[in-house]
Amino acid sequence: MTAIIDRTHRQPSWQPAVSRWRLRPGVILSSAVIAFLVVAAIDPALLTTQSPYAVNLGAALRAPGLGHIFGTDQSGRDIYTRIVYGTRQSLLIGVGATAVAMGGAIFLGLLAGLSGRFVDGMVNRFLEVLFAFPGLLLALLFVAAFGQGVSTEIIAVGIGSAPGYARMVRGQVLAVKGSPYVEAARALGHPSRRIVRQHIFPNAMRPLVAMVAMGVGQSIVWASALSFLGLGVAPPAPEWGAMLDAGRDLVTQAWWLEIFPGLAIVACALSVTTIGRYLRQRFEGETG
Amino acid sequence: MKWIVWLKRLAGAVGVLWAAATLTFIVQQLMPGSPALTILSGGATKPTHAQILAVDQAYGFNKPVIVQYLTFIGHLAQGNLGTSYLQHLPVTTIIAQQMWPTIELTVVALVASWVIALVFTIATAKRRRIVSAIGSGIEIIAAGLPQYWLGIILLVVFAIELKWFPVEGGSGVAPIVLPALTLAIPLAGFIGQVTRDEFAKVLDQPFIISARARGMGDTQVRLRHALRHAVLPGITLSGWALGSLFSSAVVVEAVFAREGLGQVLTNAVAGQDMPVVVGVTLLVAVVYVLANLLVDAAYVLVDPEIRLA
Repeated sequence: MTAIIDRTHRQPSWQPAVSRWRLRPGVILSSAVIAFLVVAAIDPALLTTQSPYAVNLGAALRAPGLGHIFGTDQSGRDIYTRIVYGTRQSLLIGVGATAVAMGGAIFLGLLAGLSGRFVDGMVNRFLEVLFAFPGLLLALLFVAAFGQGVSTEIIAVGIGSAPGYARMVRGQVLAVKGSPYVEAARALGHPSRRIVRQHIFPNAMRPLVAMVAMGVGQSIVWASALSFLGLGVAPPAPEWGAMLDAGRDLVTQAWWLEIFPGLAIVACALSVTTIGRYLRQRFEGETG
Repeated sequence: MKWIVWLKRLAGAVGVLWAAATLTFIVQQLMPGSPALTILSGGATKPTHAQILAVDQAYGFNKPVIVQYLTFIGHLAQGNLGTSYLQHLPVTTIIAQQMWPTIELTVVALVASWVIALVFTIATAKRRRIVSAIGSGIEIIAAGLPQYWLGIILLVVFAIELKWFPVEGGSGVAPIVLPALTLAIPLAGFIGQVTRDEFAKVLDQPFIISARARGMGDTQVRLRHALRHAVLPGITLSGWALGSLFSSAVVVEAVFAREGLGQVLTNAVAGQDMPVVVGVTLLVAVVYVLANLLVDAAYVLVDPEIRLA
């Protein structure tokens, strides 16, 4: 733990800054994918000239080729265009769910880490109970009770992934709380509110940046799973998981209906995860 | 002494399950709208006030919350999961009917993922740098693959294009191969990452060097000495994996149009059939808790040096 604290508090002088920034091919590729997706989310019209909703039955179920690089669906809509337009919603759900999860996790983690042994024990028990439900199941329970829709999907996926993060935040808070500089601040007579605000909170949160990046990838995969089961975003919205659901019955005739939206999810999740791992290495000096 | 430790563990497990049941009860109470409407939704006309009252009376929705809670917990303790709102059958009957295909799928997948992960670890861990790098790269990608997409790819390649396996139905071993692989490959990626690290660590230990000094071949060292140690953290992971395998099975059953608890759960969620949703969810929680108890026991068996804390 002391190693982490040292690294976050001062630049190691023995290593030139340039080599720390040396980028690996995977990181460059992932950044390119993320940049593309961010553009697609902000202004999809920049990346395609077609409309995601324009029905053209004459061009239904075209295989990938010139004009339609990812092919067309059963209504003749261009798959590539729908993937580009679906980016905003898919990313929004992923980021939103991670925000919900992190919000809950930080609250529970801080509560457990900063309170006395009794509260800590209670929160731990609570998390243990949540762990008995696999994440997707917790999300499904929530969708069953509160109905389908984008906001339920965001909250459901967020709740499903919160317990894991909460345990991590608690661990971080405890580690920072026991660190020499917090002890020093306490010895100097700083009020505990100030110690929490100035030392514990920022230092416990720092490693979470990488976790957030990886969490977004995971959330997108889960949210798409809900949509894929027909329990998330309703068609005709071009959300990636919903596209997979819509093409399910036609997969024997038109594989491109399923392969490309899935590829978008995988590329997005893998890129975000790669960046997350890279950040974690930079923050913690951890290998692997 | 040992028995007291295990009894305590058991009591803890029961406590977790009780809390889990309470949590599902709270979620049901928070549900907007009356469950009576879901129960009556099969009818053609809008239910009348009298009908709703009758259903409330029959299911006890009009009783105080605390009475409903105690009834719920009391029934659970007797193994009664209630009656489905939509199918009007006991939830235990529905689960018992659809349980076996899912159990078969998860068990086959768990075994398959272990085989894949171990073969992969033994073959690529601590080899030349390029081999190890490729091995761990494949593991990372495998672990990140969403099951619904992997399943579709396997389906398109091996069932539709190559026609090695049936797209749907079929008999014997053939129909379970692709679904089980779909579940097993990402899990093998996870297990592999853990066993690989452990394997690499163990191969640097003195007892490995002494085995090599006795003239033992590399493959022998890997199989006879290193494997046992590398397996330990993977076993811990398996307890968690059973739960996650089940939730992935929900998705995989949808991809391959397989019967099982996954389909039951998907339909129940779509129809807001809460007793079925809660029943399946609690069943998974029971499996998860039991699996973790077993993992603790297995740990002691594999490594006798570990004493129960």
